[in-house]
Amino acid sequence: MNVLLLVIPLALALGTLGLFAFLWALRSGQYDDIEGAEYRVLHDD
Amino acid sequence: MCCTDMALAYVEAHASWSAANTKPSLERDYTAFMMRGPDGSTRAAFAVEGIRCASCMNAIERGLADLPGVAAARLNFSDRRLAVTWRPEAEPDVAAVLSALDALGFRAQLFDPGRHSDAETAETKRLITALAVAGFASMNVMLLAISVWAGNVSDMTSENRDLFHWIQAVIALPAAAYAGRPFYEGAFRGLRAGRVTMDFPITLGVVLTLVMSVVESLSGATHAYFDGAVMLLFFLLIGRVLEQSMRRRTRMLAENLAALRSEGATVVDADGALRDVPASELVPGARILVRPGERIPADGVVERGMSDLDHSLVTGETAAVSVSGGDSVFAGALNGNGALTVRVTAAAGASLLDEVETLMRRALEARSRALVLADRATRLYVPLVHAAAALTLAGWLAAGAGWHTALLSAVAVLIVTCPCALGLAIPAVQVVSAGALFREGVLLNDGTALERFAEIDTIVFDKTGTLTLPEPSLTHGDRDETGALSVAARLALSSRHPMAAALAKAADGAEPFPDAQEAAGLGVRAIVEAVELRLGSARFCGAEAEAAAALADNPDASVICFRAGDAPPIVFPVHQALRPQAAEVVGALLSSDRRVLILSGDRASAVEAVAAHLGVTEWEAGLTPREKIARIESLQRAGRRVLMVGDGLNDAPALAAAHASLSPVTAAHVSQAAADALFLGRSLTPVLAVLDAGTRARRLMLQNLWFSAAYNLLAVPLAAAGCLTPLIAALAMSGSSVIVTLNALRARASSAGVRPAPVAITGRPASPPAIPLLQGHP
Repeated sequence: MNVLLLVIPLALALGTLGLFAFLWALRSGQYDDIEGAEYRVLHDD
Repeated sequence: MCCTDMALAYVEAHASWSAANTKPSLERDYTAFMMRGPDGSTRAAFAVEGIRCASCMNAIERGLADLPGVAAARLNFSDRRLAVTWRPEAEPDVAAVLSALDALGFRAQLFDPGRHSDAETAETKRLITALAVAGFASMNVMLLAISVWAGNVSDMTSENRDLFHWIQAVIALPAAAYAGRPFYEGAFRGLRAGRVTMDFPITLGVVLTLVMSVVESLSGATHAYFDGAVMLLFFLLIGRVLEQSMRRRTRMLAENLAALRSEGATVVDADGALRDVPASELVPGARILVRPGERIPADGVVERGMSDLDHSLVTGETAAVSVSGGDSVFAGALNGNGALTVRVTAAAGASLLDEVETLMRRALEARSRALVLADRATRLYVPLVHAAAALTLAGWLAAGAGWHTALLSAVAVLIVTCPCALGLAIPAVQVVSAGALFREGVLLNDGTALERFAEIDTIVFDKTGTLTLPEPSLTHGDRDETGALSVAARLALSSRHPMAAALAKAADGAEPFPDAQEAAGLGVRAIVEAVELRLGSARFCGAEAEAAAALADNPDASVICFRAGDAPPIVFPVHQALRPQAAEVVGALLSSDRRVLILSGDRASAVEAVAAHLGVTEWEAGLTPREKIARIESLQRAGRRVLMVGDGLNDAPALAAAHASLSPVTAAHVSQAAADALFLGRSLTPVLAVLDAGTRARRLMLQNLWFSAAYNLLAVPLAAAGCLTPLIAALAMSGSSVIVTLNALRARASSAGVRPAPVAITGRPASPPAIPLLQGHP
């Protein structure tokens, strides 16, 4: 029982972290050009 | 950049014998296209043509980064747009960017900083954010819900179960309040307009599920349905996001095409200075300069200059019309070989564009009242489901059960019938079909058009620019018996007249004559080895008799004449050739028992020649926009479902009035807006592709709708009997959504490759033996 009080908040916190990371990426325009990004990664400059 | 220079350029553009006619690169003022950033930097957006691969992206960004003052150049590969930012202290030099792009081999055009595409982007972001929240919530709620399900059949204590239910409530309630907003707002908007949309049962289902789950958790029950509510939102939001991104992508590409066809105008200020502005910012009374080879951006009256205008995009008329001071000109006409100064006239109801727009608005209103499949499904679905819920309630009460059991079962009916599969059934097919059509070069403006394409039994073609290619070509091809063609073609390189462009294609990479000069409204001349060469109108070359003879032989042609010194003049008939595979496409349509008509604004002799070549017996010529729309309406009153294929301004009302419509991408702006779909490229085969894709999409949509109905028939009795557990609800919802989506994906699989067989044209004597269109098909 005690372990649940630790593990459930931990799981939720990690999930929330992921959600906010995604929202941040969306807001900073990282999904604006999905097609271009796959090629940009290959440019060596 | 100095005003007197521009004034000089303006004078030069008008001079009869001037190199400015062949060198259109005047100094321009681009400030109307610029956006100022908060830090003082300047930004401009370009639509870029010709980007094929990732290395283009690299080349453009590196090539532009070295330009003075440019802080950053970033190309968006998905929507083919280039954003250039200049440093705050630097003077933005658009011309340098354009010429750098030109040197790299890309044509670019400045973007009118748009308004509605921003709203569209914001809406896409909002939906994706809602999707992310719903996804997060449904995963975490499901984690806890599965623990409860497992605990219920093993040794979970009731305290633990209540704790898990409350944690689910804490996640699901705020998440549903946020992620469900697109649906709640849609339902509210619909109710206020007096309609019940699909958003209404969704909202009702989600809200009731959540309320019931909270009530059940309060009383310490074994079941709560939080997972069902958020999962439902997650699935439905996937559908919405797909639909929205399809619409946004088509819109973006259509805007790029519009920008590349230069929707700008050059305004002449009182002091003679030239300014480039977006065409939407033109006001009546403004004076604009239209250079040779440009399209007239607005209706107006010619103040200065004389030229030939090509009205094929406006009225479908292929013969050039001469204009000079005092004549009215219409937006969309292509300017020939003289520069014109045009005073924009007030947008009073008299202009052609206004008449076209009034007719079009009326036709579009009538069409938006037509019921599409999704509306009809909603109309059947909502009363049936709500009646089933009410019957369940009444049934349990009549059977002597308490209010608690009766209400619980009624709500369970509403939950299990929540239109999860139904919500995905149609958008999923639309998105997949639109994607498949996109790969074949068709941009779908409107998802509901697919089911309308499926019902088509009559196809009406416009002639000019639709059955024929938009640009003219030589009637007799590249045959060069006298050697005159190659000389004439070299001379044609110096002209900006659209008919000369047809001749110039035969030049095979030769250089233009160095001292060739173009005369407004007449033609081009050059002196080579002491012989004067002339290319242009019959009058200019003294070839009136020969021209009349050539026109009699080729009724659908116009002529361009050539004369070398005192030698007899040579006449080149120029006409708009049929699109590749036009005959095969029309043949396939006729043999699939569809009626094919040609309604054209061009002269009868030109239309007759095309109709005879294609084997079309029903044709009419010389029609006004009003007459075209009347023909379409009378066909539809007779019960025909008409597909209108057209490109001209004069076709726009007919495109809007027809049951479904299709335009080539070269069409007038108004027509593109009215058409359900645009096709790229020169071939006419996309007409078959859309009809075919429509038939297939409609079949898949109906399958999905029947599947949803069958699913409800199974699930409703289960729920009404009170046997619905959260586990069954979750399995039923996700299972049906997945099946519907997988079925929709079939729209992609079977449309690859060659067009399938509903249009097989075997046994039609008039068609040529080898039809590349259908070769290789079983």
